[in-house]
Amino acid sequence: MKHLRSIPELGADGLTRLLELTNHMVEVNRRPVPKVPALRGRTVVSLFFEDSTRTRLSFETAAKRLSADTMTFSVSTSSVNKGESLRDTVETITDMGVDAFVVRHKSAGIPWQISDWTTAAVVNAGDGWHQHPTQALVDCFTVREARGCERFDGLTLTIVGDIKHSRVARSNIAAFSMLGAQIVLVAPPTLLPPDVAHWPVTVSHSLDDVVGRTDILYMLRLQSERMSQGHVPNLREYSERFGLDARRLAMLPSDAVVMHPGPMNRGVEMLIDPSALPNSLIHRQVANGVSVRMAVLFDLLAGESSAGNLREVAP
Amino acid sequence: MSTMVMSADDVRRAVTRIAHEILERQRGGSRLALVGLQRGGAWLADMLGDTLNAIEPAAHVPVGYIDVSMHRDDISLRPVIPGAISRIDFAVDGTTLVLVDDVLYTGRTVRAALEGVNTYGRPRAVQLAVLVDRGHRELPIRPDYVGKNIPTQVSDDVRATAEGVVITKATS
Repeated sequence: MKHLRSIPELGADGLTRLLELTNHMVEVNRRPVPKVPALRGRTVVSLFFEDSTRTRLSFETAAKRLSADTMTFSVSTSSVNKGESLRDTVETITDMGVDAFVVRHKSAGIPWQISDWTTAAVVNAGDGWHQHPTQALVDCFTVREARGCERFDGLTLTIVGDIKHSRVARSNIAAFSMLGAQIVLVAPPTLLPPDVAHWPVTVSHSLDDVVGRTDILYMLRLQSERMSQGHVPNLREYSERFGLDARRLAMLPSDAVVMHPGPMNRGVEMLIDPSALPNSLIHRQVANGVSVRMAVLFDLLAGESSAGNLREVAP
Repeated sequence: MSTMVMSADDVRRAVTRIAHEILERQRGGSRLALVGLQRGGAWLADMLGDTLNAIEPAAHVPVGYIDVSMHRDDISLRPVIPGAISRIDFAVDGTTLVLVDDVLYTGRTVRAALEGVNTYGRPRAVQLAVLVDRGHRELPIRPDYVGKNIPTQVSDDVRATAEGVVITKATS
């Protein structure tokens, strides 16, 4: 594997390999000293053009626990403000000798562009509405851990909310269907993508209709700017129809689990205190984030040396 | 061409002898613990642990396993596929910890294990038990307990299981 840019590109074998490797990283993280020298001498740079808390911090923690050096590129204090282009920025950082870029950008496809401009490995940490592969790995690993199974045949994943603008939904639909899950999307028609008929999913516009037949209830965040763009009439109506409240929680099968990629909008899609959920995996999703990203960085950077970036550049 | 250099009985006798040597050196002093190196050392650590606990039931010697692939120094030279997952369920601090491996060769795996063990705690002492020492060390590492010293060529393949030790000469 040279890059991790999308779940379809990773494929089912790659998905399984990374999930297995994550088990090793979970064990490392349980040790009194959770640090191994595996990526000593490698440099990982995080290039975030969009805000992030858990993804950026868990990538940096992951790199450090594998003994890689980390650099953080902060857009607000960089020469991007002087008009430096993305390409020049990437080439400049490459010249310093880095082994991996962890990239988040508001435009879909940027990770593919960047991999044309650098010899380093590229990890997609979210590109527009397109893909967020490490979140899907985290979610698959968390469900595996909670259910104690390797594949999801016979399980139903119900994703609720703004599917249209969600890279998490796109990556998760690909990953969970590779592992055999049935996928149900629940959203108002305005928050579904136009090509949803071609996806391997069934669609419902009523959460009440499907909540009783779900094994994994996956709540997406409703970004408040969607309202101003006219996708939902108002937040209250959205919450009433698509939010998770005590009544719907009672309709969930007793062994069903609830997930959310964060950050959460309390009072919009989450109408009950998530800490009061009896079967929430939300904290496990965050906790597993570091182990999954260690597996990704290890898979990309261990093995044959990719640290020859400086040497590969013609003198 | 394959030669069996130790039979199943030879292996069992060597393990019994090593168990006695470990206990003798210990003099019933500090807490003993075994850590097998994944994967070749795992079965041997189990066998040695069973033998120790049969000889001295009061010792309650715990057995753990460590996968050293993330501590290896050749990690950038070849693809790395971690083997079985490490499992050390006991407190390492203050123990006399015996690393157990089937075949001692360059010493690089043992070096990685010495480093790996430190991420679990600080043993009072670390010792090394191996079934076969085949020579060709590349690091200053020496076993404390050896089943059998077997001179080999670098090109030889050495396989050690509870059923015996087999050397296969490269056909040239």
